[in-house]
Amino acid sequence: MTVQWTRKDLVGLQDLSAGEIELVLDTAKSLQEISLRPIKKVPTLRGRTVANLFFEPSTRTRISFELAEKRLSADTIHVAGSTSSTVKGETLIDTIRNIESLKVDMMVVRHSASGAPHRLARMSDVSVINAGDGINEHPTQALLDMFTIREKKGKLAGLKIAFVGDILHSRVARSNMWGLTRLGAKVIVCGPKTLLPPKVEAFGVEVTTDLKEAIQDADVINLLRIQSERQAQSYFPSIREYANSYQINSEVLKHAKPGLLIMHPGPVNRGIELSSDVMDGPYSVILDQVTNGLAVRMAVLYLLSGVRAKVEKE
Amino acid sequence: MNSSKIILSSEEVSKAITRIAHEILERNPNRTEQIALIGIRTGGAVLAKRFQDTLQVIAKREFPLGILDITLYRDDLSEVGPQPDVKETKIDFDVTGKIIILVDDVLYTGRTIRCALDAIIDFGRPECIQLAALIDRGHRELPIKPDFIGKNIPTSKSEEVYVKLREKDGKDEVIVASKDPV
Repeated sequence: MTVQWTRKDLVGLQDLSAGEIELVLDTAKSLQEISLRPIKKVPTLRGRTVANLFFEPSTRTRISFELAEKRLSADTIHVAGSTSSTVKGETLIDTIRNIESLKVDMMVVRHSASGAPHRLARMSDVSVINAGDGINEHPTQALLDMFTIREKKGKLAGLKIAFVGDILHSRVARSNMWGLTRLGAKVIVCGPKTLLPPKVEAFGVEVTTDLKEAIQDADVINLLRIQSERQAQSYFPSIREYANSYQINSEVLKHAKPGLLIMHPGPVNRGIELSSDVMDGPYSVILDQVTNGLAVRMAVLYLLSGVRAKVEKE
Repeated sequence: MNSSKIILSSEEVSKAITRIAHEILERNPNRTEQIALIGIRTGGAVLAKRFQDTLQVIAKREFPLGILDITLYRDDLSEVGPQPDVKETKIDFDVTGKIIILVDDVLYTGRTIRCALDAIIDFGRPECIQLAALIDRGHRELPIKPDFIGKNIPTSKSEEVYVKLREKDGKDEVIVASKDPV
Protein backbone atom coordinates (compact mmCIF):
# COMPACT_ATOMS: atom_id res chain seq x y z
CA MET A 1 0.00 0.00 0.00
CA THR A 2 1.56 3.26 -1.01
CA VAL A 3 -1.01 5.70 0.43
CA GLN A 4 -0.25 7.06 3.88
CA TRP A 5 -2.66 8.83 6.17
CA THR A 6 -1.45 12.38 6.80
CA ARG A 7 -4.64 14.18 7.85
CA LYS A 8 -5.13 15.39 11.39
CA ASP A 9 -8.91 15.26 11.07
CA LEU A 10 -11.70 13.38 9.38
CA VAL A 11 -14.36 16.01 8.72
CA GLY A 12 -15.83 14.55 5.55
CA LEU A 13 -15.31 12.39 2.50
CA GLN A 14 -15.47 15.36 0.16
CA ASP A 15 -11.70 15.91 0.30
CA LEU A 16 -10.55 12.30 0.52
CA SER A 17 -8.85 10.57 -2.38
CA ALA A 18 -9.86 7.07 -3.48
CA GLY A 19 -6.58 5.83 -2.01
CA GLU A 20 -7.26 7.37 1.39
CA ILE A 21 -10.75 5.86 1.49
CA GLU A 22 -9.35 2.45 0.58
CA LEU A 23 -6.70 2.79 3.28
CA VAL A 24 -9.42 3.28 5.90
CA LEU A 25 -11.39 0.31 4.56
CA ASP A 26 -8.31 -1.95 4.43
CA THR A 27 -7.30 -0.95 7.94
CA ALA A 28 -10.84 -1.66 9.17
CA LYS A 29 -10.65 -5.10 7.57
CA SER A 30 -7.52 -5.85 9.61
CA LEU A 31 -9.09 -4.59 12.84
CA GLN A 32 -12.32 -6.61 12.50
CA GLU A 33 -10.76 -9.67 14.09
CA ILE A 34 -10.14 -7.88 17.43
CA SER A 35 -13.86 -7.97 18.24
CA LEU A 36 -13.87 -11.77 17.89
CA ARG A 37 -11.07 -12.40 20.40
CA PRO A 38 -11.58 -13.61 23.97
CA ILE A 39 -10.01 -10.32 25.11
CA LYS A 40 -11.55 -7.74 22.79
CA LYS A 41 -8.90 -5.10 23.26
CA VAL A 42 -5.52 -4.00 21.93
CA PRO A 43 -3.19 -1.52 23.67
CA THR A 44 -2.73 0.75 20.64
CA LEU A 45 -4.24 3.99 22.03
CA ARG A 46 -3.19 3.44 25.63
CA GLY A 47 -2.72 6.80 27.31
CA ARG A 48 -4.69 8.70 24.67
CA THR A 49 -7.87 10.50 25.61
CA VAL A 50 -10.85 10.86 23.31
CA ALA A 51 -13.71 13.27 24.00
CA ASN A 52 -17.07 12.35 22.52
CA LEU A 53 -19.07 15.53 22.09
CA PHE A 54 -22.63 14.86 21.01
CA PHE A 55 -24.57 18.09 20.75
CA GLU A 56 -27.32 16.21 18.95
CA PRO A 57 -28.98 12.94 20.00
CA SER A 58 -27.35 9.69 18.92
CA THR A 59 -27.44 6.11 20.11
CA ARG A 60 -25.75 3.94 17.55
CA THR A 61 -22.97 6.28 16.45
CA ARG A 62 -22.14 7.26 20.03
CA ILE A 63 -22.04 3.67 21.28
CA SER A 64 -20.06 2.58 18.26
CA PHE A 65 -17.41 5.29 18.76
CA GLU A 66 -17.25 4.62 22.48
CA LEU A 67 -16.71 0.91 21.97
CA ALA A 68 -14.16 1.53 19.20
CA GLU A 69 -12.19 3.79 21.54
CA LYS A 70 -12.31 1.23 24.34
CA ARG A 71 -11.24 -1.65 22.10
CA LEU A 72 -8.14 0.42 21.26
CA SER A 73 -7.55 1.16 25.00
CA ALA A 74 -8.15 4.91 24.79
CA ASP A 75 -9.59 6.79 27.77
CA THR A 76 -12.91 8.39 26.96
CA ILE A 77 -15.05 11.23 28.20
CA HIS A 78 -18.54 12.07 27.06
CA VAL A 79 -20.41 15.30 26.74
CA ALA A 80 -24.01 15.30 25.60
CA GLY A 81 -25.51 18.55 24.36
CA SER A 82 -28.41 18.42 26.77
CA THR A 83 -26.14 18.07 29.83
CA SER A 84 -23.34 20.42 28.78
CA SER A 85 -22.80 24.06 29.64
CA THR A 86 -23.90 25.05 26.14
CA VAL A 87 -27.42 25.01 27.59
CA LYS A 88 -26.18 27.63 30.09
CA GLY A 89 -25.14 29.82 27.18
CA GLU A 90 -21.49 28.84 26.73
CA THR A 91 -20.42 29.01 23.08
CA LEU A 92 -19.25 25.88 21.29
CA ILE A 93 -15.77 27.35 20.88
CA ASP A 94 -15.48 28.01 24.61
CA THR A 95 -16.66 24.50 25.42
CA ILE A 96 -14.00 23.11 23.10
CA ARG A 97 -11.26 25.36 24.53
CA ASN A 98 -12.10 24.02 27.97
CA ILE A 99 -11.97 20.42 26.83
CA GLU A 100 -8.66 21.08 25.06
CA SER A 101 -7.26 22.38 28.33
CA LEU A 102 -7.76 18.91 29.76
CA LYS A 103 -5.17 17.65 27.23
CA VAL A 104 -7.52 15.60 25.14
CA ASP A 105 -5.98 14.00 22.03
CA MET A 106 -9.03 13.51 19.84
CA MET A 107 -12.56 14.83 19.64
CA VAL A 108 -15.53 13.08 18.10
CA VAL A 109 -18.10 15.74 17.33
CA ARG A 110 -21.75 15.62 16.37
CA HIS A 111 -23.47 18.96 15.89
CA SER A 112 -26.67 20.22 14.31
CA ALA A 113 -24.80 23.01 12.53
CA SER A 114 -23.31 22.01 9.19
CA GLY A 115 -19.60 22.83 9.22
CA ALA A 116 -19.17 22.90 13.01
CA PRO A 117 -16.52 20.12 13.07
CA HIS A 118 -14.63 21.82 10.23
CA ARG A 119 -14.45 25.00 12.25
CA LEU A 120 -13.20 23.12 15.32
CA ALA A 121 -10.64 21.23 13.24
CA ARG A 122 -9.18 24.50 11.95
CA MET A 123 -8.95 26.18 15.34
CA SER A 124 -7.62 23.21 17.32
CA ASP A 125 -4.48 21.07 17.42
CA VAL A 126 -6.65 18.20 18.56
CA SER A 127 -7.76 15.64 15.95
CA VAL A 128 -11.43 16.10 15.09
CA ILE A 129 -13.69 13.33 13.80
CA ASN A 130 -17.02 14.40 12.38
CA ALA A 131 -19.78 12.17 13.75
CA GLY A 132 -22.44 14.02 11.76
CA ASP A 133 -22.81 17.75 11.15
CA GLY A 134 -26.23 19.14 10.26
CA ILE A 135 -27.16 18.06 6.75
CA ASN A 136 -23.56 18.12 5.54
CA GLU A 137 -21.57 14.93 6.20
CA HIS A 138 -21.42 11.78 8.30
CA PRO A 139 -18.16 10.32 7.03
CA THR A 140 -17.83 7.26 9.28
CA GLN A 141 -21.37 6.14 8.38
CA ALA A 142 -20.56 6.36 4.68
CA LEU A 143 -17.26 4.52 5.23
CA LEU A 144 -19.04 1.69 7.05
CA ASP A 145 -21.63 1.55 4.27
CA MET A 146 -18.86 1.26 1.71
CA PHE A 147 -17.06 -1.31 3.85
CA THR A 148 -20.24 -3.41 4.08
CA ILE A 149 -20.82 -3.29 0.32
CA ARG A 150 -17.19 -4.17 -0.38
CA GLU A 151 -17.38 -7.10 2.06
CA LYS A 152 -20.53 -8.47 0.45
CA LYS A 153 -19.81 -7.68 -3.19
CA GLY A 154 -16.02 -7.75 -3.25
CA LYS A 155 -15.87 -4.35 -4.95
CA LEU A 156 -17.53 -0.96 -5.30
CA ALA A 157 -16.59 0.13 -8.81
CA GLY A 158 -19.35 -0.40 -11.35
CA LEU A 159 -22.08 -1.25 -8.85
CA LYS A 160 -25.43 0.50 -9.07
CA ILE A 161 -26.26 1.94 -5.67
CA ALA A 162 -29.62 3.59 -5.05
CA PHE A 163 -30.42 6.00 -2.22
CA VAL A 164 -34.11 6.31 -1.49
CA GLY A 165 -35.86 8.72 0.85
CA ASP A 166 -35.03 12.07 2.34
CA ILE A 167 -31.92 12.99 0.38
CA LEU A 168 -32.32 16.68 1.16
CA HIS A 169 -31.66 16.36 4.90
CA SER A 170 -29.33 13.38 4.70
CA ARG A 171 -25.70 13.82 5.67
CA VAL A 172 -25.39 10.05 5.20
CA ALA A 173 -26.39 10.41 1.54
CA ARG A 174 -24.00 13.32 1.01
CA SER A 175 -20.98 11.50 2.45
CA ASN A 176 -21.88 8.39 0.49
CA MET A 177 -22.24 10.35 -2.73
CA TRP A 178 -18.76 11.83 -2.31
CA GLY A 179 -17.18 8.51 -1.39
CA LEU A 180 -18.97 6.12 -3.74
CA THR A 181 -18.53 8.23 -6.84
CA ARG A 182 -14.84 8.61 -6.02
CA LEU A 183 -14.50 4.83 -5.95
CA GLY A 184 -16.30 4.42 -9.25
CA ALA A 185 -19.75 3.28 -8.14
CA LYS A 186 -22.85 4.36 -10.05
CA VAL A 187 -25.10 6.25 -7.66
CA ILE A 188 -28.78 7.09 -8.19
CA VAL A 189 -30.79 9.11 -5.69
CA CYS A 190 -34.56 8.88 -5.45
CA GLY A 191 -37.31 10.56 -3.48
CA PRO A 192 -40.16 13.02 -3.79
CA LYS A 193 -39.06 16.21 -5.53
CA THR A 194 -39.37 18.18 -2.30
CA LEU A 195 -36.79 15.89 -0.62
CA LEU A 196 -34.19 16.06 -3.40
CA PRO A 197 -31.57 18.78 -2.96
CA PRO A 198 -31.41 21.29 -5.81
CA LYS A 199 -28.52 20.57 -8.21
CA VAL A 200 -27.81 17.20 -6.61
CA GLU A 201 -26.56 16.08 -10.06
CA ALA A 202 -23.42 18.06 -9.32
CA PHE A 203 -22.31 15.15 -7.11
CA GLY A 204 -22.04 13.07 -10.28
CA VAL A 205 -25.13 11.03 -9.49
CA GLU A 206 -28.34 10.25 -11.34
CA VAL A 207 -31.61 11.60 -9.98
CA THR A 208 -35.14 10.27 -10.21
CA THR A 209 -38.49 10.59 -8.49
CA ASP A 210 -39.51 7.15 -9.80
CA LEU A 211 -38.77 4.37 -7.31
CA LYS A 212 -39.01 1.70 -10.02
CA GLU A 213 -36.28 3.38 -12.03
CA ALA A 214 -34.07 3.69 -8.97
CA ILE A 215 -34.25 0.05 -7.94
CA GLN A 216 -34.17 -1.42 -11.44
CA ASP A 217 -30.93 -3.48 -11.59
CA ALA A 218 -29.73 -1.96 -8.32
CA ASP A 219 -27.01 -3.92 -6.50
CA VAL A 220 -27.62 -1.97 -3.31
CA ILE A 221 -30.56 0.06 -1.99
CA ASN A 222 -29.58 2.34 0.86
CA LEU A 223 -32.67 3.71 2.58
CA LEU A 224 -32.78 7.01 4.36
CA ARG A 225 -34.99 7.64 7.30
CA ILE A 226 -37.87 10.05 7.07
CA GLN A 227 -36.55 12.49 9.64
CA SER A 228 -39.54 13.68 11.62
CA GLU A 229 -37.29 15.94 13.74
CA ARG A 230 -36.36 17.88 10.59
CA GLN A 231 -39.89 17.88 9.20
CA ALA A 232 -41.13 21.06 10.82
CA GLN A 233 -42.34 22.08 7.42
CA SER A 234 -44.21 19.52 5.39
CA TYR A 235 -42.38 17.97 2.44
CA PHE A 236 -45.11 15.53 1.45
CA PRO A 237 -48.87 15.31 2.09
CA SER A 238 -48.80 12.45 4.59
CA ILE A 239 -46.61 9.63 5.89
CA ARG A 240 -49.02 7.17 4.34
CA GLU A 241 -48.74 8.77 0.94
CA TYR A 242 -44.94 8.72 1.23
CA ALA A 243 -45.03 5.03 2.11
CA ASN A 244 -47.33 4.30 -0.84
CA SER A 245 -44.86 5.78 -3.29
CA TYR A 246 -41.46 5.11 -1.74
CA GLN A 247 -41.62 2.26 0.75
CA ILE A 248 -39.34 -0.68 0.05
CA ASN A 249 -41.38 -3.85 0.57
CA SER A 250 -41.53 -7.33 -0.90
CA GLU A 251 -43.93 -6.13 -3.58
CA VAL A 252 -41.57 -3.54 -5.06
CA LEU A 253 -38.66 -5.98 -4.73
CA LYS A 254 -40.38 -8.66 -6.82
CA HIS A 255 -37.96 -8.04 -9.67
CA ALA A 256 -34.96 -7.27 -7.51
CA LYS A 257 -31.54 -8.31 -8.73
CA PRO A 258 -30.33 -11.51 -7.04
CA GLY A 259 -27.90 -10.68 -4.24
CA LEU A 260 -29.41 -7.25 -3.70
CA LEU A 261 -28.34 -5.56 -0.46
CA ILE A 262 -30.80 -3.51 1.59
CA MET A 263 -29.06 -1.01 3.85
CA HIS A 264 -30.25 1.58 6.32
CA PRO A 265 -28.19 3.80 8.64
CA GLY A 266 -30.83 3.46 11.36
CA PRO A 267 -32.93 4.08 13.27
CA VAL A 268 -35.56 2.51 10.99
CA ASN A 269 -39.17 3.63 10.93
CA ARG A 270 -40.62 0.17 10.36
CA GLY A 271 -43.56 0.29 7.99
CA ILE A 272 -42.68 3.74 6.60
CA GLU A 273 -39.51 3.72 4.49
CA LEU A 274 -39.04 -0.03 4.90
CA SER A 275 -41.47 -2.86 5.51
CA SER A 276 -40.82 -5.19 8.42
CA ASP A 277 -40.55 -8.34 6.29
CA VAL A 278 -37.81 -6.85 4.07
CA MET A 279 -35.99 -5.39 7.05
CA ASP A 280 -35.82 -8.84 8.64
CA GLY A 281 -35.47 -10.64 5.29
CA PRO A 282 -32.48 -12.10 3.42
CA TYR A 283 -31.52 -8.93 1.50
CA SER A 284 -31.09 -6.91 4.66
CA VAL A 285 -27.53 -6.21 5.87
CA ILE A 286 -28.58 -3.56 8.36
CA LEU A 287 -27.09 -5.35 11.37
CA ASP A 288 -23.86 -6.09 9.46
CA GLN A 289 -23.58 -2.35 9.01
CA VAL A 290 -23.67 -1.89 12.78
CA THR A 291 -21.00 -4.56 13.32
CA ASN A 292 -18.77 -3.13 10.59
CA GLY A 293 -19.15 0.39 11.98
CA LEU A 294 -17.06 -0.61 14.96
CA ALA A 295 -14.09 -1.73 12.87
CA VAL A 296 -14.35 1.32 10.60
CA ARG A 297 -14.32 3.71 13.58
CA MET A 298 -11.38 1.86 15.10
CA ALA A 299 -9.54 2.31 11.80
CA VAL A 300 -10.25 6.05 11.73
CA LEU A 301 -9.11 6.49 15.34
CA TYR A 302 -5.95 4.49 14.65
CA LEU A 303 -5.01 6.38 11.50
CA LEU A 304 -5.67 9.84 12.99
CA SER A 305 -3.75 9.03 16.18
CA GLY A 306 -0.47 8.86 14.23
CA VAL A 307 -0.87 12.32 12.80
CA ARG A 308 -1.82 13.84 16.12
CA ALA A 309 1.51 12.66 17.54
CA LYS A 310 3.29 14.47 14.74
CA VAL A 311 1.59 17.76 15.54
CA GLU A 312 2.61 17.33 19.16
CA LYS A 313 6.30 16.91 18.31
CA GLU A 314 6.60 19.90 16.06
CA MET B 1 23.74 -2.14 -1.71
CA ASN B 2 27.48 -1.99 -1.02
CA SER B 3 29.34 -4.92 0.55
CA SER B 4 26.58 -7.47 0.80
CA LYS B 5 27.39 -10.99 1.84
CA ILE B 6 25.37 -14.20 1.51
CA ILE B 7 25.08 -15.74 4.96
CA LEU B 8 22.81 -18.68 4.11
CA SER B 9 22.32 -20.22 0.67
CA SER B 10 19.05 -21.70 -0.50
CA GLU B 11 20.20 -25.17 0.53
CA GLU B 12 21.32 -23.97 3.95
CA VAL B 13 17.95 -22.30 4.56
CA SER B 14 16.17 -25.60 3.84
CA LYS B 15 18.58 -27.49 6.10
CA ALA B 16 18.06 -25.02 8.93
CA ILE B 17 14.28 -25.33 8.67
CA THR B 18 14.44 -29.14 8.73
CA ARG B 19 16.83 -29.11 11.67
CA ILE B 20 14.69 -26.70 13.68
CA ALA B 21 11.59 -28.83 12.95
CA HIS B 22 13.38 -31.87 14.42
CA GLU B 23 14.49 -29.83 17.44
CA ILE B 24 10.91 -28.67 18.07
CA LEU B 25 9.74 -32.30 18.20
CA GLU B 26 12.70 -33.36 20.38
CA ARG B 27 12.08 -30.55 22.83
CA ASN B 28 8.43 -31.52 23.23
CA PRO B 29 8.36 -35.32 23.41
CA ASN B 30 4.99 -37.04 23.90
CA ARG B 31 3.05 -33.84 23.47
CA THR B 32 3.27 -33.10 19.77
CA GLU B 33 -0.53 -32.91 19.72
CA GLN B 34 -0.26 -29.66 21.71
CA ILE B 35 2.11 -27.95 19.26
CA ALA B 36 0.79 -25.02 17.24
CA LEU B 37 2.68 -22.47 15.15
CA ILE B 38 2.24 -18.70 15.03
CA GLY B 39 4.26 -16.71 12.50
CA ILE B 40 4.91 -12.99 12.77
CA ARG B 41 4.10 -11.08 9.59
CA THR B 42 5.62 -11.04 7.06
CA GLY B 43 8.77 -13.18 7.04
CA GLY B 44 7.86 -15.19 10.14
CA ALA B 45 4.48 -16.10 8.70
CA VAL B 46 6.11 -17.58 5.59
CA LEU B 47 8.63 -19.48 7.71
CA ALA B 48 5.92 -20.76 10.06
CA LYS B 49 4.13 -22.27 7.07
CA ARG B 50 7.39 -24.01 6.08
CA PHE B 51 7.80 -25.33 9.61
CA GLN B 52 4.20 -26.54 9.52
CA ASP B 53 4.78 -28.44 6.26
CA THR B 54 8.06 -29.92 7.50
CA LEU B 55 6.62 -30.93 10.88
CA GLN B 56 3.66 -32.59 9.18
CA VAL B 57 6.00 -34.71 7.06
CA ILE B 58 8.16 -35.73 10.03
CA ALA B 59 5.46 -36.26 12.66
CA LYS B 60 2.71 -37.39 10.27
CA ARG B 61 0.09 -35.23 11.89
CA GLU B 62 -1.49 -31.81 11.41
CA PHE B 63 -0.35 -28.69 13.25
CA PRO B 64 -2.47 -25.54 13.58
CA LEU B 65 -0.96 -22.38 12.08
CA GLY B 66 -1.73 -18.77 12.87
CA ILE B 67 -0.51 -15.43 11.52
CA LEU B 68 0.17 -12.47 13.77
CA ASP B 69 0.51 -8.78 12.90
CA ILE B 70 2.15 -7.01 15.84
CA THR B 71 1.57 -3.41 14.69
CA LEU B 72 -1.16 -2.62 17.24
CA TYR B 73 1.18 -3.69 20.08
CA ARG B 74 4.21 -1.64 19.04
CA ASP B 75 5.80 0.54 21.69
CA ASP B 76 6.75 3.27 19.22
CA LEU B 77 3.28 4.12 17.90
CA SER B 78 3.24 7.41 19.78
CA GLU B 79 6.32 8.55 17.89
CA VAL B 80 6.13 10.60 14.73
CA GLY B 81 3.36 9.32 12.39
CA PRO B 82 1.87 8.37 9.98
CA GLN B 83 0.75 5.08 11.44
CA PRO B 84 2.14 1.91 9.88
CA ASP B 85 -0.25 -0.29 7.91
CA VAL B 86 -2.08 -2.87 9.98
CA LYS B 87 -2.57 -6.28 8.38
CA GLU B 88 -4.90 -8.99 9.56
CA THR B 89 -4.09 -11.28 12.48
CA LYS B 90 -5.49 -14.75 11.89
CA ILE B 91 -5.41 -17.21 14.78
CA ASP B 92 -8.31 -19.57 14.18
CA PHE B 93 -7.52 -22.07 16.94
CA ASP B 94 -7.75 -21.81 20.72
CA VAL B 95 -4.25 -21.07 22.05
CA THR B 96 -5.14 -22.12 25.60
CA GLY B 97 -3.16 -25.21 26.66
CA LYS B 98 -1.09 -25.20 23.45
CA ILE B 99 2.65 -25.24 23.04
CA ILE B 100 3.01 -22.21 20.81
CA ILE B 101 6.02 -22.10 18.53
CA LEU B 102 6.39 -18.40 17.79
CA VAL B 103 8.25 -17.89 14.52
CA ASP B 104 10.11 -14.84 13.22
CA ASP B 105 12.70 -14.51 10.49
CA VAL B 106 15.27 -12.31 12.25
CA LEU B 107 15.65 -11.93 15.99
CA TYR B 108 17.14 -8.51 16.77
CA THR B 109 16.14 -6.11 19.58
CA GLY B 110 13.44 -8.43 20.90
CA ARG B 111 10.79 -5.70 20.79
CA THR B 112 8.77 -7.45 18.11
CA ILE B 113 8.75 -10.60 20.23
CA ARG B 114 7.54 -8.63 23.25
CA CYS B 115 4.63 -7.37 21.13
CA ALA B 116 3.87 -10.89 19.93
CA LEU B 117 3.86 -12.30 23.47
CA ASP B 118 1.36 -9.66 24.59
CA ALA B 119 -0.81 -10.32 21.54
CA ILE B 120 -0.83 -14.11 21.97
CA ILE B 121 -1.84 -13.80 25.61
CA ASP B 122 -4.86 -11.73 24.49
CA PHE B 123 -6.00 -14.85 22.66
CA GLY B 124 -5.80 -17.15 25.67
CA ARG B 125 -3.34 -18.89 28.00
CA PRO B 126 -0.92 -21.21 26.20
CA GLU B 127 0.88 -23.89 28.21
CA CYS B 128 4.11 -22.31 26.97
CA ILE B 129 5.51 -20.21 24.15
CA GLN B 130 8.79 -21.22 22.49
CA LEU B 131 10.64 -18.93 20.10
CA ALA B 132 12.08 -20.00 16.75
CA ALA B 133 13.98 -17.66 14.43
CA LEU B 134 16.00 -18.32 11.30
CA ILE B 135 18.62 -15.70 12.20
CA ASP B 136 19.75 -14.31 15.54
CA ARG B 137 21.72 -11.12 14.90
CA GLY B 138 22.13 -10.04 18.52
CA HIS B 139 21.71 -6.52 19.97
CA ARG B 140 18.85 -7.45 22.29
CA GLU B 141 17.16 -4.56 24.10
CA LEU B 142 14.85 -6.80 26.16
CA PRO B 143 15.47 -9.99 28.13
CA ILE B 144 14.33 -12.37 25.36
CA LYS B 145 16.07 -15.59 24.38
CA PRO B 146 15.30 -17.90 21.45
CA ASP B 147 14.63 -21.63 21.84
CA PHE B 148 15.45 -22.56 18.24
CA ILE B 149 17.84 -20.72 15.94
CA GLY B 150 18.92 -21.39 12.34
CA LYS B 151 22.13 -19.36 12.55
CA ASN B 152 23.74 -16.84 14.86
CA ILE B 153 25.26 -13.93 12.97
CA PRO B 154 27.31 -11.26 14.73
CA THR B 155 26.29 -7.97 13.11
CA SER B 156 26.79 -4.30 13.67
CA LYS B 157 23.78 -2.04 14.02
CA SER B 158 24.72 -0.31 10.78
CA GLU B 159 24.10 -3.54 8.93
CA GLU B 160 20.82 -4.94 7.65
CA VAL B 161 19.86 -8.60 7.51
CA TYR B 162 17.62 -9.63 4.60
CA VAL B 163 15.86 -12.98 4.77
CA LYS B 164 14.62 -13.75 1.27
CA LEU B 165 12.07 -16.53 0.94
CA ARG B 166 10.88 -18.04 -2.32
CA GLU B 167 7.18 -17.50 -1.48
CA LYS B 168 7.66 -13.73 -1.44
CA ASP B 169 11.07 -13.07 -3.03
CA GLY B 170 11.43 -15.87 -5.57
CA LYS B 171 14.31 -17.63 -3.81
CA ASP B 172 15.67 -18.57 -0.41
CA GLU B 173 18.71 -16.63 0.75
CA VAL B 174 19.96 -14.68 3.75
CA ILE B 175 22.08 -11.60 3.08
CA VAL B 176 23.87 -9.17 5.35
CA ALA B 177 24.47 -5.74 3.87
CA SER B 178 25.54 -2.37 5.18
CA LYS B 179 22.49 -0.17 5.69
CA ASP B 180 23.66 3.04 4.07
CA PRO B 181 25.47 2.73 0.76
CA VAL B 182 28.36 5.18 1.08
